[in-house]
Amino acid sequence: MSYFKDFKRGILKENPVFVMLLGMCPTLGVTTGAENGLGMGLATAFVLVLSNIFVSLMKNIIPDKVRIPAFIVIIASFVTMVDLLMSAYLPALHAKLGIFIPLIVVNCVILGRAEGFASKNNPLSSMMDGIGMGLGFTLALTLLGSVRELLGSGAIFSHSLVAENARTMLLFIMPPGAFLALGFLIAAVNRLKGAK
Amino acid sequence: MEYIIIIISAVLVNNIVLSQFLGICPFLGVSNKISTSLGMGGAVIFVMALATIVTYLIQKLLLVPLHIEYMQTVSFILVIAALVQLVEIVLKKTAPALYQALGIFLPLITTNCAVLGVAILTIQKDYNLLESVVFAIANAVGFTLALVIFAGLREHLDLVLVPKGMRGIPIALVTAGLLSLAFMGFAGLV
Repeated sequence: MSYFKDFKRGILKENPVFVMLLGMCPTLGVTTGAENGLGMGLATAFVLVLSNIFVSLMKNIIPDKVRIPAFIVIIASFVTMVDLLMSAYLPALHAKLGIFIPLIVVNCVILGRAEGFASKNNPLSSMMDGIGMGLGFTLALTLLGSVRELLGSGAIFSHSLVAENARTMLLFIMPPGAFLALGFLIAAVNRLKGAK
Repeated sequence: MEYIIIIISAVLVNNIVLSQFLGICPFLGVSNKISTSLGMGGAVIFVMALATIVTYLIQKLLLVPLHIEYMQTVSFILVIAALVQLVEIVLKKTAPALYQALGIFLPLITTNCAVLGVAILTIQKDYNLLESVVFAIANAVGFTLALVIFAGLREHLDLVLVPKGMRGIPIALVTAGLLSLAFMGFAGLV
């Protein structure tokens, strides 16, 4: 049952974006649409799960003093894999996410889970933790992307919901909209948590 | 003239924090006071310029001749991490006063995605060495500018009454949004 707990924690209670406020750069940078948010979330989740498993497997071999650089090398290797795989199989998405793919390396969610969870727990619970946190991150990015896309261009996952020449709030797909939308979403999450 | 365009574009028009979304963590984390944000800004200017020079040389002298460009992410992040450590050790020994001012911010910079981001952007934009340095310093100045303005706003934010759910990060993000909106006014300047 504790594996399920490891899995569940990342999705709501310790959601990396809405509650722990980690990984803000990709959260704000790529979420101009639901599709980008989903793609970025899944790419990050992939790296997070694999790096959590590997860090957990190697925690006894890595000397304590050089553990952070060692973790970074593990993470960077998986990021390079994702980068190459995406440019081969999903070139359009790869081009849209651009510089934020290599920057998964410095996403604090991943290093945070490696240091805070995977280096102290067994591979299986680290994997569950990675999946949960990754899903939580993906959910948050997709939600933010959907909100911004809906307000900014009247569409979700590129399916337009409004008349062709309708005036939408373009502001929300521009940089200021990212800050505003995330601010109000976090406020809403705070409100929901307070109501419980 | 080219350099002036690079500088204006990086500092104001495409501000690294407010329109490129790099370095958001320190932007939200160490922006409670103007003095600390100035310290952080100083450390970022120093490290970003150094890191960009070193990663530029690695890309041109090592990765490209050996045809291992795919090692870019791994090598750059390691170099930046090592560089930050080195800067910390050297400063501690040779310039204790500077170390006192910047010291506590240095470890935070390794995970500042702005440093890695600018190093990669420089390569993507195909700048030469001098342009790269100018670009790096201009971006770091832009980062400092955004950070200091934001810290000034947040100092005032402490004094006003904010609805309960909006306190803390939400209102800070909305403020950042308005600041970003203001910076959009520079669009078309270059």
